[in-house]
Amino acid sequence: MKTNVMQKETAQPARAASQPETWCSPEVDIYETADGYVILAEMPGVTKSGLEVSVENNELTLIGRRSPAASGGELLHRETRGAHFRRAFELDPAIDTDKISARMEQGVLTLTLPKAERTKPRKITISD
Amino acid sequence: MTMIRWQRPEAPQWYEMAPWASLRSEINRLFDNSVEDWASLPRLMSAWGPALDLGEEKDNLWVRVEIPGMKKEDIEVSLEEGMLVISGERKPNADYREAQVHRSERFYGRFSRSVALPTAVNPDKVKASYVDGILTVTLPKAEEAKPKQIEVKVG
Repeated sequence: MKTNVMQKETAQPARAASQPETWCSPEVDIYETADGYVILAEMPGVTKSGLEVSVENNELTLIGRRSPAASGGELLHRETRGAHFRRAFELDPAIDTDKISARMEQGVLTLTLPKAERTKPRKITISD
Repeated sequence: MTMIRWQRPEAPQWYEMAPWASLRSEINRLFDNSVEDWASLPRLMSAWGPALDLGEEKDNLWVRVEIPGMKKEDIEVSLEEGMLVISGERKPNADYREAQVHRSERFYGRFSRSVALPTAVNPDKVKASYVDGILTVTLPKAEEAKPKQIEVKVG
């Protein structure tokens, strides 16, 4: 079942015309173990309340909205873009979508996507 | 764009076997890549320069750096001769050492950013906080650098 892993990235969701905000794609690490997948996505400035994770038709969408930074005064130098984060992935059908869990820690989203029990590799004992 | 080496039609194709044939294809590959790939070049050279903002308020300067996924103790902030240096190391999570890697876009390793401060600051009162993956350093201006209001007595 190597063809259906989460390698393929699906198209970005359409942007509503009324949204003036800018969006960018978060950098991710994706790991696979026998139990499932783990996605680590970088979303600095996003709190738990700004986070939206959804699964529809086997497509996983991650959205992270940032609240505007608190520091005021005059901006002398700027490198950050302040854009919100959005990225979508096609899921391996082996993933049990009811058991996906998410954790947000210091601007990194950790998504745990367990594989359904039936798809996990198992050892078969050979009888005589 | 493809770079093609000029040669006389009758010349043997010796260069195809030469060690720089691979270098040539590497250069061709670089020219074929899009602007986005060029933007990721510093990452390929394993350097990470986290995005940094600098601002000025009446009494403070502030610096904000996006360094998600750090441990507080792995961030170093120092001030030396009007230069603020922020450095540290982001370590990969040991839990995934054995796992199969499908994507690896995040940077792991040492980074360092420094910024020349536009005004003198009081080094004893510098404060730093790390929230939601963003480091914010607040640097109170030195007394002599603060804007002064001069009262003019109208006689």
